[in-house]
Amino acid sequence: MTRQDSQPFHAAPPTAGARPAFRKTSHLPPWWWLLPALVLVLVIRYGAAIAGSWYAFTDWNGLTASAHFTGLDNLRALFADQQARLALITTIEFAVCFVVLTNLVGLVLAVLLDRHLKTRFLLRTVFFAPVVMSQLATAFIWRFLFDYSGPLNGALDLLGLPGLKRTWLADPTWSFWAVVVVLVWQFSGLAMVILLAGLQGIPQEVEEAAVIDGATAWQRFWGVTLPLLVPTLNTSVQLSVISGLAVFDQVLALTGGGPLGTTETLATQVYKQTFVYGRFGYGTALALMLAVLIAVAAVAQQLAQRRAERNV
Amino acid sequence: MNRLQTRRTGLELGLWVLALIWSVPFIFLIVISVKPTEELFGRALSLPSRIDLSSYAGAWAQGNMGRALLSSVIITGGSVLGLLALSSAAAYVLARRTSRASGPLLLLFVVGLIVPAQLGLIPTYSVFRHVGLVGSYTGMILLNVSLWLPLAVFLYYGFLKQLGHEYEEAAQIDGATPAQTFRHVVFPLLRPVTGTVAILAGMLIWNDFFNPLVFLSGTNKTPLPVAVYSFVGMFATRWNYVFAAVTISLVPALAFFVVAQRQLIQGFSGGVKG
Repeated sequence: MTRQDSQPFHAAPPTAGARPAFRKTSHLPPWWWLLPALVLVLVIRYGAAIAGSWYAFTDWNGLTASAHFTGLDNLRALFADQQARLALITTIEFAVCFVVLTNLVGLVLAVLLDRHLKTRFLLRTVFFAPVVMSQLATAFIWRFLFDYSGPLNGALDLLGLPGLKRTWLADPTWSFWAVVVVLVWQFSGLAMVILLAGLQGIPQEVEEAAVIDGATAWQRFWGVTLPLLVPTLNTSVQLSVISGLAVFDQVLALTGGGPLGTTETLATQVYKQTFVYGRFGYGTALALMLAVLIAVAAVAQQLAQRRAERNV
Repeated sequence: MNRLQTRRTGLELGLWVLALIWSVPFIFLIVISVKPTEELFGRALSLPSRIDLSSYAGAWAQGNMGRALLSSVIITGGSVLGLLALSSAAAYVLARRTSRASGPLLLLFVVGLIVPAQLGLIPTYSVFRHVGLVGSYTGMILLNVSLWLPLAVFLYYGFLKQLGHEYEEAAQIDGATPAQTFRHVVFPLLRPVTGTVAILAGMLIWNDFFNPLVFLSGTNKTPLPVAVYSFVGMFATRWNYVFAAVTISLVPALAFFVVAQRQLIQGFSGGVKG
């Protein structure tokens, strides 16, 4: 890899007299430069995560240092708790809709905006813009759009379809889809940009060869582009799985978890149980649940990807 | 050829219609924010009869937007600077010092990438409260830095491993100390990674709502998203005020987006690919 690796003296302290060795090692940075980063990662990433997994099995109230080990009580309470069960299911439903729809929309946009079109750069800008905006702030715009006396219902009135008017965010069925719409609007641009980077990595000759062989655009997409895009698609899916399971801002801004807890997610429940109701032990159990869910999804995706690669 | 041309024009037109739909939230954001209060409860689709900017003045004053803007700048700036300094130095040590310890140490950072942040949130909050870091910029910055360190170290390390040692050795022969070599020779060479990390982390920290909600709520140090959230809590149905606050909170990110669009898109697509 580098010349340094093959040098035998790399671990030895610089010694005066051995001139070449002195010159080679003394330009190396001192070990302590690593220390601040190491301490922060050890304490805040690892230490806190380990503590979090431990407190999930206690009756900790967050105020006192004492916490009694209660075994699986929190987890039992969690599964018995109607609200937590609902939040778990909703979290998974959000994640599935989020992953499928953002990557689908992102894929269509990326393929259409890859080459040829004159205004493609401008169009990409428009679709990407929501990605860099505060999710919390933009969700409030959508809350207005979905308001009963807001523009969406106003447009339905204009179209002569007042029968379709809904109280979108207060309706147990529609509030879920309202949040999904906002998520797709916000993040499809990110999937598009990632997939565009992947498309640009596909050699043009491959597609030209397919054209010469008489493949239609549709055949070219399924037979050539898509298979070559799979690794990038995987990256995009992986990323969206993680953010899809941790949906928080949009729910808090749009519905606050309502109506009747139908849009409550594990992330909003962790926040409410811990910092609103002060149930720290229970909150960490919920956080543990969320972490396990993310880990399982990530591992499952890796395995599926490996299997797909082996089958190719 | 002509048919292909027509089809492309049709496609382009269709995409522009979609782009228009995509922009609907922003159009309403601007229109409603300048609507006079007395017209708010009329038809939602009607245009304002005059442009009324008093909502901006109201949001700025009552939402403490100036203070929130300052907090956002301090938190994001402090976090990004700290992150760049700590991660580049750590990655430099890991990449250049090869001993039995460096492999496991690198692994420690890389595995840190997949430790879910949610799991450590509540214990971190509790420890921070004990040592007085809840409600302080320092605590918020420390948290952000540690959340982003694994990715930043990983990106810097990969870049450093591909970078030749010649410049460093030349500086060394000229009598530079390791610190001087790093500051004046190595760090400038790391610019592409520095850009990616700064843009990616900077953007996500700027827009972060959850962590500051937990760690800074109830203080006067809340950044823009939390300030907007509490402002909406007070003025729930005065949409012109709400939208003025939202607009104020979006302007800095939007301006940055317009100026640094290319780097931003590269940062997002390059950073996540690792």
